[in-house]
Amino acid sequence: MDGWLILQLLIEGLSYGMIIALIALGYTMVYGVVELINFAHGDLFMLGCYAALTLVGGLGLATATPATLWWALPLIAIACAAFGALINLGVERVVYRPLRGAPKVTVLVTAIGLSFVFINLGLFWGGAPMEVFGGGRAPSSPKDFPNLIGDTTVYDGVVRIALKDVLVVAVTVPLLIALTWLVKGTSLGRAMRAVAQAPTAARLMGVDVDRVIAITFAVGGALAGIAAVVYGLYITSVSFDMGFRMGLYAFTAAVLGGIGNLPGAVLGGLVIGVARSFSDVFLPTEWTNAIIFLVLILLLVFRPTGLLGSTAREKV
Amino acid sequence: MNRPLAWIAALALVAALPWIDLLLPPYWRLGGDVGPILELAIAALGLNLLVGNAGLLNLGSAAFVAVGAYAFSILTTVVYPFQIGFAGGAIGAMAVSALVGAVIAAPTLRLRGDYLAIVTLGFGEIAKDLVTNLDVITSGAEGLTLEPASGARAWLWPYYLALAILAVLVVALTNLDRSRFGRALAAVREDELAASASGVPARRAKLWAFLGCAALCGLYGALYANRLRFSGLPTNYDFQLSLVILSAVILGGMGSIPGVIIGAFIIGGLNSIVLAKVGDLLVRLGLPNDSNSLASPTNWKFLIFGLCLILMMRFRPGGLVPARRVAPAPRASGDGGAHGAA
Repeated sequence: MDGWLILQLLIEGLSYGMIIALIALGYTMVYGVVELINFAHGDLFMLGCYAALTLVGGLGLATATPATLWWALPLIAIACAAFGALINLGVERVVYRPLRGAPKVTVLVTAIGLSFVFINLGLFWGGAPMEVFGGGRAPSSPKDFPNLIGDTTVYDGVVRIALKDVLVVAVTVPLLIALTWLVKGTSLGRAMRAVAQAPTAARLMGVDVDRVIAITFAVGGALAGIAAVVYGLYITSVSFDMGFRMGLYAFTAAVLGGIGNLPGAVLGGLVIGVARSFSDVFLPTEWTNAIIFLVLILLLVFRPTGLLGSTAREKV
Repeated sequence: MNRPLAWIAALALVAALPWIDLLLPPYWRLGGDVGPILELAIAALGLNLLVGNAGLLNLGSAAFVAVGAYAFSILTTVVYPFQIGFAGGAIGAMAVSALVGAVIAAPTLRLRGDYLAIVTLGFGEIAKDLVTNLDVITSGAEGLTLEPASGARAWLWPYYLALAILAVLVVALTNLDRSRFGRALAAVREDELAASASGVPARRAKLWAFLGCAALCGLYGALYANRLRFSGLPTNYDFQLSLVILSAVILGGMGSIPGVIIGAFIIGGLNSIVLAKVGDLLVRLGLPNDSNSLASPTNWKFLIFGLCLILMMRFRPGGLVPARRVAPAPRASGDGGAHGAA
């Protein structure tokens, strides 16, 4: 065991953590405003992966030149962001809005139901008669996402830094900055914070609460869509049942950083990514999940406000 | 209709079902398919104690089923030296399950509702991994095999066993609802702060509800393992199982004992009878019915359960048979006292 291996594990953990962080940002955005554990977020992310795979297959990008990829991939990311935003907008309007004011547990059960609907839609989608979906012969099997970025390294000395590692940082960090600006620096963000603190008071002050919540859901969905593209490019394998687990990882990350706290979600994602890569090496890999969920439970029990959060308190 | 009479009629019908079944044309026979539903109802009644009576969401009930099934298998299989038979195994399974429940519940019951739900969910995932990874004890991904039962209608004994336990449970839980403990739980569910302020031991009441839920889910696991003569695979005890049990409670009506049983019959019947019969029908029509065919009804399960949860929460949060509020207790000097004296 030498120091370079530890550094290498750190790099891999951080870049995987950046992906979890992207999903966690969507979780935390919605929670921060409506205090809903949007259980279906992980499965929306999964649908985003399938949308990205459909676009990649439909445009025939698997054999495209790097020059084409330079403009095609950002467009796919935008399309998937729009896809996630639209689904979340629809879901918010049809499913969650009628439940406004209902007990938290009622809304949580609804979110779980929605998550299962998404999983089943993903299963159907996996049967699409396209080459990237294996011709639709085995809907439930994992799908290979074309390895578009390749395994190019930007630095290959004592440690290896892949182009993919740079990609996830180049997506997550600017998004975190943009979101922080959205929440802290715009009038829409001020409305979001007002709705989070006191919906009734915000409404009395002229804030269109329904619109603010709808936009929050749209932003959350867009983040899931972008995370999906990054995940597909990085992991190069997607399946219809991966949303549950990724969603739980992301939720753990969000709680770890203090749910509702944007930089906290990224920090939580990084901690989980690093914990995962170290646990993969130092413990048998089959214990990794148990370790992460143990972290989640211990955290909820002993420090439900997370590392950076101080706002998660019971509203009486 | 008279309530006790309705219960007795339902009991008689279910008890006679294996014999009525013989009169049906072979294609429509249910055979051993109803027994698992009775067992599901037992688990659902246990979960209802927590979700319906105490208002606490448990998303990891499958973990307790797994603990029960494995404890029962370990206590009765020939591989281990215990071999204490069905009754000892079932009681042992309930005890181990309740013990695990206590370990989970003690530190987590003070959490607010949605966090508690997530903790139980995480615990469910950990339990599945533990069962898989502790292969020295559980024989890992293969599961523990018990001695097989013999006979063409060997399912009759687990069937009547489950029915008898269910009947006892209905009586016991109905009385529990009306007891001091039941009223304490209802008070905690409606307003924990007010209940505590009025001297209700909220924490203790919630803990007992959690233990009851864990024990009954463990009993379900024991009955399941006893019927299959197999501990089940670790993957059988996934989130989907927790959700099936929860759906039965929510569909039927949280806190309503007849509702939860009806919910278990609808969800369990859909899961093990309707989907299977539709699948058979596809085969008879010459259509493919394997997991790769989207027409196969098992590929629609998630959608059906998901929509069921969403629609019930939206339009009928009380369930199909909503719980009746506990009637106000009779005054001490009323008819109740006179009857009691006579």
